[in-house]
Amino acid sequence: MRLLSQWLNDGHMQQVGTGQAQSPAVDQGGSAAIDVAHLVKVYKTTRAVDDISFRIARGSITGLLGGNGAGKTTTIAMIMGLVLPTSGSVEVLGARIPEQRYDVLGRMNFESPYVDMPMRLTVRQNLTIFGRLYAVQHLRERIDQLADDLDLKEFLDRSNGKLSAGQKTRVALAKALINEPDLLLLDEPTASLDPDTADWVRQHLETYRKTHNATILLASHNMLEVERLCDRVIIMKRGKIEDDDSPERIMARYNRDTLEEVFLDVARGRLREGAPEGTP
Amino acid sequence: MSELVSQHQHAISLQRINAMVLRYWYLLMSSWPRLLELVYWPALQIITWGFLQNYISQASGFFAKAGGTLIGAVILWDILFRGQLGFSISFLEEMWARNLGNLMMSPLKPIEFLLSLMIMSLIRLAIGVIPMTLLALFFFGFNFYAIGLPLIAFFCNLIFTSWSVGVFASGLVLRNGLGAESIVWTLMFAVMPLACIYYPVEVLPAWLQAVAWTLPPTYVFEGMRSLLIDHVFRADLMVWALAINAILFAASFAIFLALLQSAKRNGSLLGGGE
Repeated sequence: MRLLSQWLNDGHMQQVGTGQAQSPAVDQGGSAAIDVAHLVKVYKTTRAVDDISFRIARGSITGLLGGNGAGKTTTIAMIMGLVLPTSGSVEVLGARIPEQRYDVLGRMNFESPYVDMPMRLTVRQNLTIFGRLYAVQHLRERIDQLADDLDLKEFLDRSNGKLSAGQKTRVALAKALINEPDLLLLDEPTASLDPDTADWVRQHLETYRKTHNATILLASHNMLEVERLCDRVIIMKRGKIEDDDSPERIMARYNRDTLEEVFLDVARGRLREGAPEGTP
Repeated sequence: MSELVSQHQHAISLQRINAMVLRYWYLLMSSWPRLLELVYWPALQIITWGFLQNYISQASGFFAKAGGTLIGAVILWDILFRGQLGFSISFLEEMWARNLGNLMMSPLKPIEFLLSLMIMSLIRLAIGVIPMTLLALFFFGFNFYAIGLPLIAFFCNLIFTSWSVGVFASGLVLRNGLGAESIVWTLMFAVMPLACIYYPVEVLPAWLQAVAWTLPPTYVFEGMRSLLIDHVFRADLMVWALAINAILFAASFAIFLALLQSAKRNGSLLGGGE
């Protein structure tokens, strides 16, 4: 039975007899959407994520900021269960990741520049397949609704490979929203988009959060985007959390007018004003 | 989350398997070169080997007596080889499309993913092998289906082996990225000399015979020769093949899961590149 359980759950043994609720081993509200404690990821000799801890409240939008190699993508991948931590723990919607990830995967979704939708399939075919994978009821109506919301109608029957970058991003967003997730993980959601499309995507995310009380965690290099969208910003550098607060308070602390200036201060190791000694 | 999503997340889901089969079906139907490729090589194989069989049966009393062993072996080998390719190519499509991250983040479980690849392997095999058998009948008068019920035993054993190899090869690609793609195309050829497709096991040196008998296809090809030459169905050979297949199948799944875990430790699931 243990072997069967392992086959069914991609090698992670469901813990039994711990006294904790099993399936669904997730809370239905109240606690944090994401609870990360002392998370470490070491790739051979590289410490990609170095003992980070944070909790993300339900219904919030949090930005994960940092330069290339700061550990943002690895952190998000560990939250999703696609990368195994070296140590530390992750809980998502009350489920331990990766052990109980199948209890909550249907309530999550993600978008990342590291993945694509199948190019030869039409937008409608792609959304149909992902809708079925997420067991979306009334799928046809849901796809029509997403096509309306995200302005996909004119290319719904065009293959994904024939879309522009902006259209592809909207389709990827439609896929990420197909199951109306409680938790949305976004890695560079507006990368390579023109300002108009990027603004449009941001508006849509804001609306989605408000209408669904969804939690959004996004990694971005776009400081304006983070300033505008996020209630909270976690700044990472070399795998560690450098700062964690609301955008306004962080800018005030660094005595800067924009997050971009803060980002440069952090990236270049400038001391923030009023910060305790020994912190960057 | 709204009531939009049904809550059955724990068991194996036929709906998710069906979704994946549909995904590959859409892909196949959207690309005529993919469809043509499925038929092209098997057709060339059977025509080439069929004429060779015709030629040597004129020159050799043995082959005249053992009519169809060569053509039968070619078709059975194609079931083994194309079965594995049908499985592995569907898997590679996900790597080529950089779609694996989307799938791994969805509620699709590895076992469901593998089951969908097995179903696709059967579909792709049918598209390739059925025309092949019809060509064998039309050009060379060899009725593959006249083998009758033993054909089911041959087919099941070969397809199980092909899936085991497919699962193992896919695990290697999953762990090592597309740099390991060539393994998918060549791994089955390592089985070829030992499986004794075109010659009896006795041809091999004694120590190699022991190795050959650890491979389920060896039993199938011996069984086929016994049936076509001596007109005897060797059920014992099929039972042995099935038993070894069960072990191989379980081992390949276990290895796949171990490689998946390794890919997650290594962080290669999101990239999937070289």
